[in-house]
Amino acid sequence: MASETVVIPPAELPEVELYHAKSWITKYVFSQDAKVIAIQYSGTAVLIGLVGLVLSWLMRLQLGFPETFSFIDESEYLQYVTLHGMIMVVYLLTALFLGGFGNYMIPLMVGARDMVFPYANMLSFWIYLLSVLILVASFFVPGGPTGAGWTLYPPQAITSGTPGSDGGIILMLVSLVFFIIGFTMGGLNYVVTVLQARARGMTLMMMPLTVWGIFVATILALFAFPALLVASIMMLFDRVLDTSFFIPMIYEMGEVIPREGGSPVLFQHLFWFFGHPEVYIVALPAFGIVSDVISTHARKAIFGYRMMVWAIIAIGGLSFIVWAHHMYVSGMNPYFGFFFATTTLIIAIPTALKLYNWTLTLWKGNIHMTVPMLWCIAFIVTFLNGGVTGLFLGNVSVDVPLSDTMFVVAHFHMVMGVAPIFVIFAAIYHWFPLATGKMLNNAMGQFHFWVTFVGAYLIYFPMHYLGFVGVPRRYYEIGETTFVPPSAADLNAFITIMVLIVGFAQVVFIYNLLTSVFSGKKSEVNPWKATTLEWQTSEFPPGHGNFGDELPVVYRWAYEYGAPENVDDYVPQNIHPDKVARKPIAE
Amino acid sequence: MSILSQLMEKPWPQSNGATVLKAGPSISRTPTEVGLLFFLASITGLFTLLLISYNGRILLGNDWVPVPDPTILWINTVILIFSSIAFHRARKNARASKVTGIKKNLLVAGLLTFGFLAGQTIASLQLYELGYYVSNNPANSFFYLLTSIHALHLIGGLFVWMRTQYRAQLGIDLSKITVSIELCAIYWHYLLVVWLIIFVLLLTT
Repeated sequence: MASETVVIPPAELPEVELYHAKSWITKYVFSQDAKVIAIQYSGTAVLIGLVGLVLSWLMRLQLGFPETFSFIDESEYLQYVTLHGMIMVVYLLTALFLGGFGNYMIPLMVGARDMVFPYANMLSFWIYLLSVLILVASFFVPGGPTGAGWTLYPPQAITSGTPGSDGGIILMLVSLVFFIIGFTMGGLNYVVTVLQARARGMTLMMMPLTVWGIFVATILALFAFPALLVASIMMLFDRVLDTSFFIPMIYEMGEVIPREGGSPVLFQHLFWFFGHPEVYIVALPAFGIVSDVISTHARKAIFGYRMMVWAIIAIGGLSFIVWAHHMYVSGMNPYFGFFFATTTLIIAIPTALKLYNWTLTLWKGNIHMTVPMLWCIAFIVTFLNGGVTGLFLGNVSVDVPLSDTMFVVAHFHMVMGVAPIFVIFAAIYHWFPLATGKMLNNAMGQFHFWVTFVGAYLIYFPMHYLGFVGVPRRYYEIGETTFVPPSAADLNAFITIMVLIVGFAQVVFIYNLLTSVFSGKKSEVNPWKATTLEWQTSEFPPGHGNFGDELPVVYRWAYEYGAPENVDDYVPQNIHPDKVARKPIAE
Repeated sequence: MSILSQLMEKPWPQSNGATVLKAGPSISRTPTEVGLLFFLASITGLFTLLLISYNGRILLGNDWVPVPDPTILWINTVILIFSSIAFHRARKNARASKVTGIKKNLLVAGLLTFGFLAGQTIASLQLYELGYYVSNNPANSFFYLLTSIHALHLIGGLFVWMRTQYRAQLGIDLSKITVSIELCAIYWHYLLVVWLIIFVLLLTT
């Protein structure tokens, strides 16, 4: 067969000068290497995430066995609810997907030596760490952290009587402001690196979907976080300087406070203009990672690559015009609700398209039931379940009775708690060998998966039922009602026991991580036989500068698996066409 | 090639003929310029939402008492316009590699910005002395909020200006200074436009 002619153009931009660390401190602490920053981001996110996990255990202990634990009172319960939500959504999921996976995967996957602005990237992490420390500090101020609920709705977030209305709410808002500043520095890095620093041959449509997911999510974040910033700063003014941006005329402790005219609903608009894109800031990287892991472990090209890219962009765009579906009970004009219900349902189209494409990728694939693959399949099912209840809640007439019940809690935990966490686990099991050169223990991985997967369903399926019978969310104790049957208490106890069992599985996972780093089985190079560039580095695990002397040149997309004309099961993106072994053409 | 046509490309092999690989960036500007553009897009979101909240607060409450706009704001506006012009001239000199012109205009631009910030501080102090405290009325609150967030962005820009100024005085590598001046000029023009919008809003409400 005649060799294909490939014309390789010279690089248009000169290579970025790589910063070489001169001391241990600049190499591992104040590091400008995206891979080190990624580990720092991930480590911090996981540590604060564990705090969020423990808070959820405390909440469940109270709900499952009320009047048993004297160390949990009403105020503390509300503080656990608030901090659990805020930590998990912002400080764990956003930071881990974008700061952690974004930093690690983007330069490696697009064939760059590092991010384009390494110094800003370093600052990004340290400002993030500062924001986490400020958040943690709020546990130790008089009155404790804020108990306003993770949505921080005014006026109750800052009026006396709400737990943490002294220092807690101030520290929470200051922490968010720092988080956003830090994120912006990192976010600009991710976007510009993807747009401007790709290897030769890596066109936008050659990029792995992981990069696409993180890229679009970062753009969403750059436009959504300013809304939270504005809301946080204005609420800080209200709290510290006694302004009344959000505070209407109100009685506090029996007396009229000297404020009037502010609009709590204005805060809700600002908050949810950030809050809804935030769901997709977490979901889009998960979508991308799942696509790549499924394709690799099913040895089959992703089905409908271009549709997958366009769906990511469409979901990103639509996510900005659905925010008020979180506010159906705020007294809005019915036509307003109708508009937002319609846009909400339209999002189901590109999302469903992605689900079909993942399923069709698995169809007749050579599926390897590895631990990352198990997590991905679990994600598909879970995201579908969570998404379907989203269709219920997206409709005004169904949402109004279900608002502020456990049904909502079950819905959003399925769709943006459990589902993205499954992808994080898939990604960790998939890329752990790349980062450490060691394999994770498979038996512990299987145990972790099955207990977590089955456990998550045993926790959240019954919770939908609790919501249907009218169990409200954010209640310290239900007490006696005319509508909640006594069996709800048994169900709550059951859920709590399941939470503790699933929690134990996470301890096993952490143990697996720690022991595998030091004494895990050594990984072979490219253990999953993947095509993407991160596995094709000159050193394994990749060293400083990622790719030895020469940057890779990309000849094909990331999904050349099981192609019938090739001898090998997979062809990496950077193998010259002349070096690909082809099967002889039958006469 | 436009971003749209880049998104329409088919990633799988097209033909058996010669394949020409595509090199390089998606947007034909330097990475720092693209970074600045995304940053400006992001803070456009910030200021837009602030202004929407401003108008929303006027409509939603019926307690709005307009702030008398201190005359010094007009002077500040003129100062900021001249600062922007000085950056523009610094940029022209940088493109023509005229070192003395760069140094002179860069210095003037920075000093005028300090002048603007001082003027804004005086305006706030004048209002404060007249009894327009931040918490008395939402119009006052917004006056202090908008001017201080705008000022903070200028202060951030001044850090980059200081570094550029330092490098220009040392006389190192003209190409690097040119990049910084280009970026500063765009940023200052942008913040001038933002200030003009805020100013018009303050005058009319």
